[in-house]
Amino acid sequence: MKKSFLKVSGYEKYGLIYLFWLLLFFLVPVFVILAYSFLTRNYQGGVEFRFSLQGYKDIVNPNYLVIFLRTIILSFISSVLSIVIAIPVAYQMAFSKWKNLLLLLVIVPFWTNSLIRIYAWIFILGNNGLVNQFLIKLGFVESYVKFIYNNFAVVLVLVYTYLPFAILPLYSSIERLEKHIFEAAMDLGCTKRQVFFKVLLPNIRQGIVSSFVFVFIPSIGTYAVPELVGGKNSRLIGNEIARLLTTAKNWPAAAAISSILLSITIVAVLVFMYGGEKREAR
Amino acid sequence: MKPGKFAKIITLIVLVFFYLPIFIVVLFSFNSEKSPEWTGFSLRWYEKLFTSSAHIWRTFANSMIVGLSASAISVILGTFGAVALYLGAKKFKKIIWTTTYIPFIVPDIIIGVSLLVFFTTIHLRLSLLTVFIAHVTFSIPYTMMIIFTRLQDFDKSIIEASYDLGATKLIALRKVIIPIALPGIIAAFFMAFTLSIDDFVITFFVAGPSSTTLPLQIFSMVRFGISPVINAISTLLLVGTVSISVLLRKYVRYII
Repeated sequence: MKKSFLKVSGYEKYGLIYLFWLLLFFLVPVFVILAYSFLTRNYQGGVEFRFSLQGYKDIVNPNYLVIFLRTIILSFISSVLSIVIAIPVAYQMAFSKWKNLLLLLVIVPFWTNSLIRIYAWIFILGNNGLVNQFLIKLGFVESYVKFIYNNFAVVLVLVYTYLPFAILPLYSSIERLEKHIFEAAMDLGCTKRQVFFKVLLPNIRQGIVSSFVFVFIPSIGTYAVPELVGGKNSRLIGNEIARLLTTAKNWPAAAAISSILLSITIVAVLVFMYGGEKREAR
Repeated sequence: MKPGKFAKIITLIVLVFFYLPIFIVVLFSFNSEKSPEWTGFSLRWYEKLFTSSAHIWRTFANSMIVGLSASAISVILGTFGAVALYLGAKKFKKIIWTTTYIPFIVPDIIIGVSLLVFFTTIHLRLSLLTVFIAHVTFSIPYTMMIIFTRLQDFDKSIIEASYDLGATKLIALRKVIIPIALPGIIAAFFMAFTLSIDDFVITFFVAGPSSTTLPLQIFSMVRFGISPVINAISTLLLVGTVSISVLLRKYVRYII
């Protein structure tokens, strides 16, 4: 036993290359960004290596509070909506005869370029889009109806983009269930409603947590969606980070927002994962 | 309990919701006029794409160069990580798990911004190289997990058996572990390639003016509004994605 362990453990040196890459190009850069948030702004872009809290001072104002709250609320709505839609779909998939086909049908959109999927909605609902063209031609409206370029469009496109992320973990957790538990609950006199809330939901808690995390994290950091289908009042944290880095050339403020965004994400994930585990234990 | 009518209807609606917009985009790539109103079949937008859109093809070439090279390296690094996780000592496993999990809970934009700041700090000019480094970085947690999932299905005793038959560690890796992991490696390559070809936000921060990729090009075109040329690009990309996923469908199960 000991002999084989010694032989086997030699494989760790292979793992070191993998770890080294993530350390150098992931962990170090994240710490560099934390450091940048405490440095002095260089107006040409970049920073001067002098300590300063100006980056944080620049973003402590009501405008940024609104942007942060809006980002969190829209991401939260998108995540919850995705989960609510995903549960029946995942349930249907897990019981279906055509499991593999349905799985492929859910995965193909997820493999489709995300900008194309955003563009599809602009093409359909945009000011010069398909629906508007149709309405104007039939004389229902004089000029275009503004369907997108608002917060509704941001949520719609976020759900459209990330719904597969919510379906897949739910599908795999329902798939793993012993399917007879539902019949057992019915035999013991549960109504369908009770089966859903007392049997299904508690048993797929881990799947719900994963779905939430998989939709919430990309939503909270989204840049392209609000940039392309959002309006004046749908700027999110992602747009603000990009603006501060590129046009405003205020790197310490961009680093400060990024650091706060990272903290919010980590707290959200921890709270949600801890909440899920705690209830599971009960 | 079999799913009721409700679940069936929702599933149907969701599939329509997924595919109808894509279908409309594809349909109108064959429209004869620019406006989104059906005027007749034509291939003029494809003609335009193939004959007078050299700048788009340059960005496509960049995407392919980065996609293929970054996926190849991510698969190699991912295999190393997976093998170490599969066979390494307990303490080491924990370090690998933690390091792999963290990137999953960090939004892409943070990865993009932090790499931009990092490259600027070490004075590395933004180019295809920086895009390549970024793509390997966001892909390797996925490739590692996919390859590890595949290895996990196997009993470690086969590897011990190969030692007993006189294999060295390198031979065991080449002749036992890698062949076992191969379906996972193929799935991982496909996953990494898809992530790379699809990525917009991280590339947006780390690409220089000469290293624009196809998604960056599409983004700047979409910004200017509707254009049937975008529909044509979308259609071609879709055909590519669908044919690769049908071709590799037996490896799909290793991805989820």
